[in-house]
Amino acid sequence: MIEVNGISKSFLVAKRPSGLWHAVKSVFHREYTTVEAIKDISFTIPAGEIVGYIGPNGAGKSTTIKIMSGILVPDHGTCSIMGYTPWEDRTLYVKNIGVVFGQRTQLWWDVPVMDSYELLRDIYKIPEHSYKATLELLIETLDLSEIIHTPVRQLSLGQRMRCEIGASLLHSPDILFLDEPTIGLDAVSKIAVRQFIQRINKERGITIILTTHDMNDIEALAERILLIGKGTLLYDGNIQGLRGKFGTRRTITAEYQDYDQPLHLPEVSILSTTANRAILSVDTELTNVSDVISQLANQVQLMDVTIQAQPIEDIIVQMYKEYQL
Amino acid sequence: MSLYFRYMIILLKSQLQYRASFIMLTIGQCLTPLTSLAAMYFLFERFGQIKGWTFHEVALCFAVTHIAFSMTEIFARGFDTFPSLVRDGEFDRLLLRPRSTVLQVLGSKFEFTRLGKFAFSVGLLAWAMMQMPTPWTTIKLMTLGFMIAGGVLIYLSIFMMAATLSFWTIQGIEIVNVLTDGGREMTQYPLSIYHQRIRRFFTFVVPFACVNYLPLMVLVDHKEAQSWYALLPLVSVLLLIPSIGIWRYGVRHYRSTGS
Amino acid sequence: MRSSWAILRLRFQLGLQYRAAALAGLATQLFFGFIFIMVFEAFYAFGPKDPGMTLEQVITYSWLKQAFLSLMMLWIRDNELFQLITSGNIAYELCRPCRTYDFWYAKLLGQRLASAALRCLPILIIVLFLPAPYGLTPPADAASLLLFFIALMVGTFMVVAISMLIYISVFVTMNPSGSILLFAVFSEFLAGFIIPVPLMPEWMQRIVYMLPFHYTVDFPLRIFTGHIPKMEAIQGIGMQLIWLSVLVLLGAWLMKRILRKVVVQGG
Repeated sequence: MIEVNGISKSFLVAKRPSGLWHAVKSVFHREYTTVEAIKDISFTIPAGEIVGYIGPNGAGKSTTIKIMSGILVPDHGTCSIMGYTPWEDRTLYVKNIGVVFGQRTQLWWDVPVMDSYELLRDIYKIPEHSYKATLELLIETLDLSEIIHTPVRQLSLGQRMRCEIGASLLHSPDILFLDEPTIGLDAVSKIAVRQFIQRINKERGITIILTTHDMNDIEALAERILLIGKGTLLYDGNIQGLRGKFGTRRTITAEYQDYDQPLHLPEVSILSTTANRAILSVDTELTNVSDVISQLANQVQLMDVTIQAQPIEDIIVQMYKEYQL
Repeated sequence: MSLYFRYMIILLKSQLQYRASFIMLTIGQCLTPLTSLAAMYFLFERFGQIKGWTFHEVALCFAVTHIAFSMTEIFARGFDTFPSLVRDGEFDRLLLRPRSTVLQVLGSKFEFTRLGKFAFSVGLLAWAMMQMPTPWTTIKLMTLGFMIAGGVLIYLSIFMMAATLSFWTIQGIEIVNVLTDGGREMTQYPLSIYHQRIRRFFTFVVPFACVNYLPLMVLVDHKEAQSWYALLPLVSVLLLIPSIGIWRYGVRHYRSTGS
Repeated sequence: MRSSWAILRLRFQLGLQYRAAALAGLATQLFFGFIFIMVFEAFYAFGPKDPGMTLEQVITYSWLKQAFLSLMMLWIRDNELFQLITSGNIAYELCRPCRTYDFWYAKLLGQRLASAALRCLPILIIVLFLPAPYGLTPPADAASLLLFFIALMVGTFMVVAISMLIYISVFVTMNPSGSILLFAVFSEFLAGFIIPVPLMPEWMQRIVYMLPFHYTVDFPLRIFTGHIPKMEAIQGIGMQLIWLSVLVLLGAWLMKRILRKVVVQGG
């Protein structure tokens, strides 16, 4: 479905030092530096998959998305999506994709959503009968009936995002690019958007490529993660694999009957203790959780024990640290 | 073409959302040519003529220029304000749609408030036409139409080339105002009143003369007029073709640099 | 005055950074200057003997207008202020430790001075060395030059005071473009921005001289060309000062009233 092979892209950036003297100097002479946005990125995505594309700001995420959606031409490498090379067959290719930029709107700001949809119908030359069918489906699944006749500027961010996603699905694309679709949304709207993404993926088999900074999005949606940092692909796999590789710490919260001696637990870092409660952090590569619990049981009268895996958010932070991003 | 009208309708709806502002701006827009015209009238009152041209002849010229310019602003404003389209990342969105970029940029903005200016200029044109001593033949009316259409095409071409330039740099893009606003300012008067070098530049490089004083000579039965001057406005097409080519090249460049 | 200076420096620096913009502005001003001058030249070619001003004076007038455009143009739009007013964020502005009128006045003045500083010198130098008849004719003596500078400065203060009234009017209309465009277009005409006042018909001149606008453009420029004799110039500067204080007092008073209303309404 999607085959990306060794794509690289670099940009020229003008240096602009501050200060009055430099400002005067730059009138006559200006220096440029080459910034490699992405270096030799390759991956394949089969049809119907949801892929989370993550990385810190400036890692090269949007450059990759722009190349895959045909906006940018890479310096090197090949890319074949549904048999097209995105940047060569632009007008033919883009009929098959939908793109949502969470930070920007593709709807006409001052007119009702419906007007925007009708204009998009003409832009994409969608036949009337299939437009009607798709629109009905979208109105039903995205719950748009209440808001579709409201001007976009009067919608809340969450309502707007539903309309944005609807707009990029009107022409029934096979691939959907979502660039931070949940940015700025409240908890309820986030969940609604996630559920919808899941639903169109399941019911219509749309391949989805999702960039986000919200790891809950990733956890809820993506079976597979592509991690990019400083322009190179650092990890390609599922969340479990990520956990196995980086998320080796577990947090144990133990409650017990009053005990005033210090706990003796080798290889374990004690995060906090009170007379009847201790929070411990265990690295499963050094010792395993059941050993720790039995050591604990030897010393105190245990009442309750909970074990938590490391939140994905922390894992990502740890990964960024590890790769010095 | 039908898509172009759809764009027009949706943007007209948008602008009408701010009715008070829209009306005020439309009125305000007819004042700019009004004060220029008043200045011109005062100068004629004092000096009588300008190098042999009378007031109503120059008024005709003035009206044609402002009609052409305001029409370009109404219909091709997207290219005029193109740098902001790039800066806001909206141009990326246009590239994601399966239609030609020229059509989409044209459809991205219409400046309907310029209708005020347009209506004012049409009124002036009608007045100036009635002042003419000789009757308006079909040929003259066609020439007039050509002059306006040709003017629109020249301004559109300049807008497009300036927009293309903004793919490389938006710095100093104001220089294009020399050709657009400057061209409009200049062609309010018949170009023959200017210095020879200016006249040559605006005949052979940017062919304003071909939609301005050369066909105007036919309209006012100037003694040096040649009948083929009536067809000169068609030259403007020769400017449009390369500017579309240059635009395409610019889009290609944008897509390889992303800047 | 301090904030005015700070803004001036900042804008000047910004202006230098956008080198091409400055060059483009320069070329544009020169081009427009040539157009105006050639139009006048053509009118003068077969005109009456004494049309009210000599061609030489009109040419100098036109070049000075191009050079000091940013001090004289009424219509320089500061979108930041507009947004402040229409978005209701004005509340922040009220927390500043100085009078809003003074602060905005300083800001607008600083902007104008900075862009004039960037543009006027190159233009003046170029047009001073242009071949006749297109060149700028220097003033007759040092006294006229001095009077010109004083009149220009007071005129600039007046322009800023008038544009402050425009900004204040936005509080009422909440519509930053239409009505202001209307006002600006007329007042620039009355200021002698499009043609010098002596070239207007008698009846128009009578109207113009009753209003303050001509003191911002026509008056200083005609001092430079010597069209206005020195004694008359000194009297005129007195009138400028009177108008200036009227405009500033009016503006400050209106602003105070309107801000109080904004505060009561809760912005």
